[in-house]
Amino acid sequence: MSSSVTSYRNSHLKDLEAEAIYVMREVAAQFERPVLLFSGGKDSIVMVHLARKAFHPAPIPFPLMHVDTGHNFPETIVFRDKLVDELGVKLHVASVQDAIDKGRVVEETGPEASRNGLQIVPLLDALQEHQFDAAFGGGRRDEEKARAKERFFSHRDRFGQWDPKNQRPELWKLYNGHKNVGENFRVFPLSNWTEMDVWQYIGFENIDIPHLYFAHEREVFDRRGTLLAKTDFVSLLPGEALERRTIRFRTIGDATCTGAVLSSADSMDKIIQEVAAARETERGGRHDDQRSEAAMEDRKKQGYF
Amino acid sequence: MSETNGIMNAAEGSTTLGNAYLEMDLLRFTTAGSVDDGKSTLIGRLLYDSKAIFEDQLEAIEQASRNRGEEGVNLALLTDGLRAEREQGITIDVAYRFFATPNRKFIVADTPGHVQYTRNMVTGASTADLAVVLIDARHGVLTQSKRHGFIASLLRIPHVVVAVNKMDLVEYSEKTFAAIEREYTEFSAKLDINDITFIPVSALNGDNVVDRSVHMDWYRGPTFLHHLEHVNIASDRNLIDFRFPVQSVIRPHQNFRGYAGTISSGVIRPGEEVMVLPSGKTSRVKEITTFEGDLESASADQPVVITIEDEIDISRGDMLVRPGNIPDVDNEIGAMVCWMSEEPLDRNRHYIIQHTTREVKAFVDNVAYRVDVDTLHREEADTLQLNEIGRIELTTAQPLYFDSYRTNQETGAFILVDPFSHNTVAAGMIRGATRTAEEVSELAEAFSRKEFEAARQAMRSPDVVWEGLNIPREEREAANDHLAAAVWFTGLSGSGKTTIARVLERRLFDAGVSTMLLDGDYVRHGLCGDLGFSATDRAENIRRVGEAARLFFEQGSVVLCTFVSPYRVDRDRVRALVPEGRFMEVFVDVDLETARERDPKGLYEKSDQGDISNLTGVSAPYEAPESPELTLETANMSVDEAADMVWKALVSAGIIEG
Ligand SMILES: Nc1nc2c(ncn2[C@@H]2O[C@H](COP(=O)(O)OP(=O)(O)O)[C@@H](O)[C@H]2O)c(=O)[nH]1
Repeated sequence: MSSSVTSYRNSHLKDLEAEAIYVMREVAAQFERPVLLFSGGKDSIVMVHLARKAFHPAPIPFPLMHVDTGHNFPETIVFRDKLVDELGVKLHVASVQDAIDKGRVVEETGPEASRNGLQIVPLLDALQEHQFDAAFGGGRRDEEKARAKERFFSHRDRFGQWDPKNQRPELWKLYNGHKNVGENFRVFPLSNWTEMDVWQYIGFENIDIPHLYFAHEREVFDRRGTLLAKTDFVSLLPGEALERRTIRFRTIGDATCTGAVLSSADSMDKIIQEVAAARETERGGRHDDQRSEAAMEDRKKQGYF
Repeated sequence: MSETNGIMNAAEGSTTLGNAYLEMDLLRFTTAGSVDDGKSTLIGRLLYDSKAIFEDQLEAIEQASRNRGEEGVNLALLTDGLRAEREQGITIDVAYRFFATPNRKFIVADTPGHVQYTRNMVTGASTADLAVVLIDARHGVLTQSKRHGFIASLLRIPHVVVAVNKMDLVEYSEKTFAAIEREYTEFSAKLDINDITFIPVSALNGDNVVDRSVHMDWYRGPTFLHHLEHVNIASDRNLIDFRFPVQSVIRPHQNFRGYAGTISSGVIRPGEEVMVLPSGKTSRVKEITTFEGDLESASADQPVVITIEDEIDISRGDMLVRPGNIPDVDNEIGAMVCWMSEEPLDRNRHYIIQHTTREVKAFVDNVAYRVDVDTLHREEADTLQLNEIGRIELTTAQPLYFDSYRTNQETGAFILVDPFSHNTVAAGMIRGATRTAEEVSELAEAFSRKEFEAARQAMRSPDVVWEGLNIPREEREAANDHLAAAVWFTGLSGSGKTTIARVLERRLFDAGVSTMLLDGDYVRHGLCGDLGFSATDRAENIRRVGEAARLFFEQGSVVLCTFVSPYRVDRDRVRALVPEGRFMEVFVDVDLETARERDPKGLYEKSDQGDISNLTGVSAPYEAPESPELTLETANMSVDEAADMVWKALVSAGIIEG
């Protein structure tokens, strides 16, 4: 067994962990008011775990912020509140519902309606309100083509926008967080992780994640090839029918557009095996990413994390 | 050991598959090639053949290929990023890709091959263990291929693979491959590359990429992927020179004060002696703390928190080293840089240098030469433009603790940041402190003797002669019957600078000497009223005063300047404005206790009460002059005695008559 401990310590996962910790410490040192964007998904859970490591034995020196679409699986919120409680960190909630109520954004209508795109405004509002100058996101470069060029320190102008043509070169471990008043940074400590790395790491580090990620029985229906869960936020279209299936989620987001996969992977090891054999990207199950080839890029330009 | 708990459980519970992943290590490589050499196709092929491509991605590119009216799958599309680029059909930046085999995880920094090329490749290369240089077999070794090799060598990427692509278009000819290999080997002998491997491939058909080619049985070497999987990178780390740049101070409560950082190089254990830079104080490592528990040793690349036995003031940007193995400490630095900004290098303004976890102000004093990246020739230059690489000399406001990039990448690399646009404008690799014997002889090599002398002259003496003054200083001096000079009084607040200078000024004036006193407190109201007391502002304060002093100097006066001027580099800048022999640095030396007792402006008291920060000697550093023209120990002499000593020094320097 001690040989696997040694291997683990020398593995690529420890390399990635070291890189992420370095980035987090740089942010804490270079910025005045960082915040960690916490979606409740596995990537942000891993970020929180890394933040604990980075500042140990001190507590995490920044708050978490949840941009809440209001379309959550209840498990996500329970998990979030428990985690925040254990860590003793402050949680800010930027609510899409509030933004809709205040007329800051307009709810999409129709069966394909999604609140993913509506997260941008409450996010930017909250960053401004609390004067956060750096926001950690769990984005990974392997997720999507438009992200392959993203920097660890991603500069946003005063409108929260990302200009793909005007990003600073990033060299060695020298992260340039200089900025003008009102500008801020999105920081991605997991840039170089793949989905597989994240799962492996969760496994080896024994990190607690919501049960939604493990195979369980749930009522789902098929919408254009995506398995959506029955929730209070979606109504069935003609021709769609609920069935009870054994499924799990590969990502956890807005419950109205996060697709489930049929799976019997009810343990970490089985999940890892399943991911290894998977022939579809995890975003393949995200309904709204399929809308256009350049969907993600469009959202990023507007300030999506 | 307590640290193993969490890991142990997880590892015990894992399957063979899980353990297989434990054996994986990480290789970061960068790819370079001219447009159309097949770089995107090669990477696409690697991703495809190593099954790193998912079906939905494959479907997407099949669709995209069809939309473009292409037959089959265009693998190059896989690595093609942003929409603008897709529309232009080119890639414009560094993109990162990932794939893994059971042995290794790979991070590919994919850099495009057109105009912006140099900057992008330098960026991609800065984190790479290995560089892939693509050569189109039909075209052979092009200037660009050499440029790629040069950059790999400049950035000291330990391993280079030359992939000779499109072998299918040269009938898989062994002769063609051998000729390219010969030519490139000859060229690379001039470079600093330790390990270079040539592999004939066809990215389009997959020959020798992942699977062995059936068309080239004359080739005995490994396939491209096999080589990537097996190249040994473990020995590339520096485990000898312990360097620990402090990232931040971790202080959860009164009883714990730790220093967070990632070890740049070397190994450290509890109980070992360490020295703190810049203070030079020594102590011992108490604990090496991590989330998993305390460690018995830690080495390069590990993020840790270190506590030490003694209470020493340590903050971000300081460095822990071993007393017997310290890096260079200097504020004059020679470096190779790649210029990355549209705005060319400007020697008349300052930049911010980011080096390890430190940030200080820096001036580029001199561009020694520019390297023509295609011919490797050195050319004379006085600036650097976007994508140009050259050798420069920098002066920093405070010393850096560094090693040459060659011996230690982590402590030898830096970036320059524009203080106004905040952009990263240059990537730098430190060669060493400036004007070492090695540098000088290198320069001698670079220029003919005469040019060299001129270059050295330019480096040594900044322009001290003002041309075209209406009434030259010499004429004024003749009329005055004494020479002009600048007397610079430096020392702590309360050391006696002003008091001495006032007495001296009166005596000079009474003796008919044209004189003027510039006092720190007066200029702070007007000329420098917009400046504070940070290191940057102090530097600017002294710069302005230096220029003002120079005006009085050119007007023929004996200028007396009384400024705390705590930084050596700032004082040396002023010294450089005045010809040799006319600048007199007077160190008004007093111990802090005496200065505190005198406290003429009540500054020490305010500082004690927390009303002011950055008080020199208390909460900001004072760098005593190394070889001042005169030192006055004012604790042991009267004001008149002190003034008298300066008077005598002026006489013996031939400035005034006795
Ligand atoms: N015949 C042949 N064509 C190739 C090979 N590799 C790439 N190509 C073609 O060369 C062109 C440029 O390739 P691409 O990968 O886009 O080049 P890049 O600009 O270096 O990324 C494309 O039409 C490829 O299909 C090869 O090994 N053999």
